[in-house]
Amino acid sequence: MNMTLSRRSFSALVFALPLLGTARAEEEAAHIMIDNFVFTPAELKVKTGTKVTWKNDDDIPHTILAKGGAFRSKPLDTGDEFSYVFAKAGKVDYFCTLHPHMVGSVIVTD
Amino acid sequence: MADHDDGINRRHALECMIWAGTGVLWTVSGGVPKSLNLLGDAQAAEQSAAGLTFLQISDSHVGFDKAANPNALATLQEAIDKVGAMPQRPAFMIHTGDITHLSRAAEFDNADQVIGKAKLDVHYVPGEHDVIDEDGGKAYLDRYGKNAKGAGWYSFDQAGVHFIGLVNVLDLKAGGLGNLGEEQLKWLEDDVRGKSASTPIVVFAHVPLWLVYEKWGWGTDDGARALALLKRFGSVTVLNGHIHQIVQKVEGNMTFHTARSTAFPQPEPGTAPSPGPKVVPADQLRTMLGLSTVTIASGQRPLAIVDSTLA
Repeated sequence: MNMTLSRRSFSALVFALPLLGTARAEEEAAHIMIDNFVFTPAELKVKTGTKVTWKNDDDIPHTILAKGGAFRSKPLDTGDEFSYVFAKAGKVDYFCTLHPHMVGSVIVTD
Repeated sequence: MADHDDGINRRHALECMIWAGTGVLWTVSGGVPKSLNLLGDAQAAEQSAAGLTFLQISDSHVGFDKAANPNALATLQEAIDKVGAMPQRPAFMIHTGDITHLSRAAEFDNADQVIGKAKLDVHYVPGEHDVIDEDGGKAYLDRYGKNAKGAGWYSFDQAGVHFIGLVNVLDLKAGGLGNLGEEQLKWLEDDVRGKSASTPIVVFAHVPLWLVYEKWGWGTDDGARALALLKRFGSVTVLNGHIHQIVQKVEGNMTFHTARSTAFPQPEPGTAPSPGPKVVPADQLRTMLGLSTVTIASGQRPLAIVDSTLA
């Protein structure tokens, strides 16, 4: 493999790196709190490609399982988080497998 | 049929049984609560002498270390110390689930070590906290499920009483409550088929098999189907945990009772925004933790449950 790197292309790379970083930071992110056995917001609307993070603020573990099984978290103890990137448009319903009366949904649009 | 004697009417009796405190002993005959008294230890012991006595402990949540009880293993130890100090040795113990908080091997190990000090046979059913290992309950089954069917259900007979341990914490459905499932209900139907209606039945599971409070998920979706299979029996006792407080009711020949936790209390239904560990002043915690002693008098209907606290 040819490892020669011209001065020009090297500088281009150096300039490109921070740009990449900026692009990542602009990637959409959203949060769902788990508090008092409730997902808040219970219905979250996001754009495709959004990374959604759930955080458990209860003193009891909870889990997150998508109906249909697209994603499943490990048990989240107090303060633990779980993230999932929603790549496709559509509505995803999810619930806590320990306390199934806890339900929520994420609506993803392009 | 006389609905009451000693001036205690049925409504009053039922009121007394709900949210009952320490040392309440009650008997049921033909579905009618009879002779309801606040008892001293002596009377309770006398009652125990009449028949089979066993213990129920529940919701030990070993591994829990939050504000509601920074050391759940220590309060479990206190409960087991109480067992050792009992004037009459119980025949065995049932544990109605949530042995551990997070299904971790070390939590199961610690629980086994402490509960083992009671030197009693222990019949377990899992709580939802006992089946959150990677394999969805394998850790529990490997340890406690040797003689069990399916996800851990089984039955056994002792002193003429038929005991049934059910599992209602797996394969829960979104928006639903506790779940027994078709396979287990079929097994239950087969299990009690051919048994004489005079056989006393004790059925135990983690989540209440009857609807205590739907909004908090305190019930079992197909629990009524299990109870329907037991309806023909003259004496059915339903023992549950999960809600960390005593709730009792009587319906026909069925008596329902939930046990206190040995770890932490939860709010009474509807008195807080949600269920979950309830933080109380440290000097009150042990008045809200405890265990239950159940006595079934042989050859008769009456059944007695005495709840005692760790205070």
